[in-house]
Amino acid sequence: MFTYSFLQHYWWFIISLLGGILTFLLFVQGGQSMLFSLTKNEDERRILINVLGRKWEYTFTTLVTFGGAFFASFPLFYSTSFGGAYWVWMAILFCFIIQAVSYEFHSKPGNTYGKTTYQVFLFINGLLGTILIGAAVATFFTGSDFIVNKGNLTNQLAPVISQWGNEWHGLEALLNVRNWLLGLAVFFLSRTSAALYFVNRISNENLEKQSRKAVLVNALPFLVFFLSFVIWTLLAEGFAVNPETGVVFMEKYKYFFNLIEMPAVLVLFLLGVVAVLWGIGGTVFNKNFKKGIWFTGVGTIVTVCSLLLLAGYNNTSYYPATPDLQSSLTIFNSSSSEFTLTAMTIVSVLIPFVLAYIFHAWRSMEKNRTDIADINGDDHAY
Amino acid sequence: MELLDVSLVNWSRAQFTLTAMYHWIFVPLTLGLGIIQAIMETIYYRTGDEKWKHVTKFWMTLFGVNFAIGVATGIILEFQFGTNWSNYSWFVGDIFGAPLAIEGILAFFMEATFISIMFFGWNKVSKKFHLVSTWLTILGATLSAFWILVANAWMQHPVGMEFNPDTVRNEMVSFWEILSPFALNKFLHTVWSSWIVASLFVLGVSAWFLIKKRDIDFAKKSIKVAAIFGLTASILTALSGDGSAYNVAQHQPMKLAAMEGLYDGQNGAELVAFGVLSSDKKAYNDSVDPFAFKIAFPKALSLLAYRDINAFVPGVNDIIKGGYESKTGDKLSFTEKQARGKVALQALNDYKKALAEKDTVSAASHKATLMANYNYFGYGYLETPEETIPNVPSIFYSFHLMVILGMFFIALFSVFTFMSFKKNIILEKQNLFLWIALLSIPLGYVASQLGWIVAELGRQPWTIQDVLPLKASVSGLSVMSVKITLFLFLTLFTALLVAEVRILVKQIGKGPHEESK
Ligand code: HDD
Ligand code: HEM
Ligand code: HEM
Repeated sequence: MFTYSFLQHYWWFIISLLGGILTFLLFVQGGQSMLFSLTKNEDERRILINVLGRKWEYTFTTLVTFGGAFFASFPLFYSTSFGGAYWVWMAILFCFIIQAVSYEFHSKPGNTYGKTTYQVFLFINGLLGTILIGAAVATFFTGSDFIVNKGNLTNQLAPVISQWGNEWHGLEALLNVRNWLLGLAVFFLSRTSAALYFVNRISNENLEKQSRKAVLVNALPFLVFFLSFVIWTLLAEGFAVNPETGVVFMEKYKYFFNLIEMPAVLVLFLLGVVAVLWGIGGTVFNKNFKKGIWFTGVGTIVTVCSLLLLAGYNNTSYYPATPDLQSSLTIFNSSSSEFTLTAMTIVSVLIPFVLAYIFHAWRSMEKNRTDIADINGDDHAY
Repeated sequence: MELLDVSLVNWSRAQFTLTAMYHWIFVPLTLGLGIIQAIMETIYYRTGDEKWKHVTKFWMTLFGVNFAIGVATGIILEFQFGTNWSNYSWFVGDIFGAPLAIEGILAFFMEATFISIMFFGWNKVSKKFHLVSTWLTILGATLSAFWILVANAWMQHPVGMEFNPDTVRNEMVSFWEILSPFALNKFLHTVWSSWIVASLFVLGVSAWFLIKKRDIDFAKKSIKVAAIFGLTASILTALSGDGSAYNVAQHQPMKLAAMEGLYDGQNGAELVAFGVLSSDKKAYNDSVDPFAFKIAFPKALSLLAYRDINAFVPGVNDIIKGGYESKTGDKLSFTEKQARGKVALQALNDYKKALAEKDTVSAASHKATLMANYNYFGYGYLETPEETIPNVPSIFYSFHLMVILGMFFIALFSVFTFMSFKKNIILEKQNLFLWIALLSIPLGYVASQLGWIVAELGRQPWTIQDVLPLKASVSGLSVMSVKITLFLFLTLFTALLVAEVRILVKQIGKGPHEESK
């Protein structure tokens, strides 16, 4: 029906899109990281927790689906990265485990550890979850320390296909400044979007004022970190693949060339950045503008998606191995079989349907902005 | 190259076992209570009786608390295949990953979307839309169970795949075969048994209200639903459990032998109803009687396993010695399978070498050897026949206790169904039965966990039956790393479990009335 190569590109696009949606939805985490700084009293904190608490499941589910889709479409990445960069992924998972119970438990009697503990859990998830995910994704551009040898399977004493090169198992990524730049960019972006979301959702004068201020305060560092990462990456050497032989080699300005050689991605990228800035600028300069989250949200999805396309398309290795370039993963050498990708593609036809009911449900629940009276009147409030 | 530490496999197992069993504490209640609360809300919708709304909302609060921790423990299982079983993830990711991805796309989003309407939408959407959302929430959860169990069933009975020596992995060749009857039966048994767990929970908690002589009307309403639903579920569970045993007999004869403590096969084999294993049995082939005591039904095992009272049921010895005609038509002994497995491994090695040397002729011949012996690939990693025998006592006792509990549940629910419809029986005066119901809550959980022990421990030493043993499935981690994460999970999950149980107890103590204020 489709060529194998088309399917590999299609699934890399889906992964990139999921990555974009996930980054946008990390606004929940960003909001959690402001639980203490943005609010003056317990009532205000309760408002924040409740407006975030109606969305956290989406972020969580997107993360899980991102993992599942990666497993199904590029299993070699799943096995190499999760089994190798073990500690980074474990740290991320722990951050999300503690989040999952916090909303439901935090205001219930008998919760054993007290309200504050659960709020601290949410804060940790907001702080570390975002930075670590950003840093982990940055390794798509900076490379990791692993070797893949499928022949190892027949070695009866150590039949392990993907081997990590050091005992830090992923934590070494934090020694690389460029990984930090993306980590911090994601962190401040998530806070910026959270502030935009609050402006949009909450009806409380003080919180709205604080949130508008927070938009500016967080958007500036976001821009600095993000632009540094992007410029550095565009100017850096990239991991190129020879399409005929599959040999991986270093190429100067690889990601910059990718941008030029794929004008559609370039346009997406620029549109995305403009939309992000539009949402931020509008909110900062116009006191009546409340729709910033929609612009910045869509902009985030598009920008992140195009960045990930740069990493995977145009004969590039999206998960480079620094000690042995030829172990690097590309969308061709790490994907599922043609049969599996075709089956999954058929399933993916249902995605628009899923998006439609999410949109419908979201709309039917959000006719009015939330205030404390609302929350007090709801017997399931957190 | 570094050798793998032998204890790595066991620590990784321990971690998977711990996290899976913790996840499984919460999942059955979610699956069952989801249906029960939807039934209650349906009654509310049909009758317009506000009391049913309070009943529904009370159970929904408990559902929410339990659901959250189910989600928290679930995420780790999903990623653990990559983090701790990375070799496995490559070797079969082509097949195994697909159900997991479909689960995310089709099931988890449905749950996540409609659960927020279910919890927060009472005053925001119409009654009808709310009811639909409650049903869709549990439909999402049940679909997610379906897909994960398809994946799990496939490990027990790998079908629909073909080994590709170029990519060194198994590739899917048929999606429909993966949705096998084996998978369907596993799904039904697991979900139906989960309904039992939740029915026992609702029944027991309501019984407690009656013992305390409070919220009588609420408790009786709840008992009525739980008793009928539980009775249905326990009958369906027993039927599908029979289907499970039948499937095991067809595809995993060693597991069946362990479940029944059967060492020497028989024609017209008997079914042990109750038995005590002898501690004198030290080796599988020492011809010591495995039982110190037993009560058995003659010929029943042959009937259940092969639907024929005289069929031959192989025991541990027969499976190792070979020579009998198995359902898949092979007669090989362990030693022969092992030899073939080693040939397959060597052929894969030679094939790779020949390709590297661009020697296409010998590559083709090695490939042919490999494919001819691939069915026994996994045996090439094994050294002794003992490795193929799972832990018989654990499996034997787990299986029998599960079945005994299953019978007990049928009786319990029958009694309560009868009592709750009989006009002249005053339920709140039946203290003995109420106490039995209350004390039965943990039994549901026990039976459910035992089921997994039978299914998973009985699969040893394989992660994928006959294809990949545990020791070829793990990630190349240091034992210390796995120990640390295991310990962290244990601490964190236990802390969360304590909080969950205390919250549930508090909410139950508050009762349905405060809830509805
Ligand atoms: C028969 C049912 C069943 C079984 C065998 C499993 N689960 Fe589960 N899982 C559920 C039934 C379920 C559920 C009922 O759908 C949960 C429980 C609470 C919830 O939110 O959904 C869930 C939650 C849940 C979540 C959180 C989903 C979310 O974001 O809402 C993940 C990632 C997993 N599971 C993954 C797994 C994996 C990888 C398993 C295999 C080892 C597994 N589950 C076994
Ligand atoms: C769906 C895919 C699953 C995979 C890939 C998987 C894999 C594994 C592995 C690798 C182990 C450790 C090795 C062993 O000791 O058996 C294990 C053990 C176990 N799993 Fe699964 N499992 C799956 C599903 C489940 C589910 C859904 C449950 C239920 C919650 C479960 C319950 C268990 C139990 C109880 C054990 C312990 C057996 C023991 O003591 O070793 N498994 N499984
Ligand atoms: C009434 C008689 C019952 C019979 C004959 C029976 C039979 C079985 C068998 C043979 C298996 C192993 C399936 C495999 O390895 O693939 C199994 C698994 C299981 N059982 Fe039961 N069972 C019964 C009752 C129960 C009850 C009462 C519960 C819980 C409330 C329960 C929960 C489970 C679970 C969760 C599993 C693991 C999932 C699976 O493999 O299907 N069973 N059962």
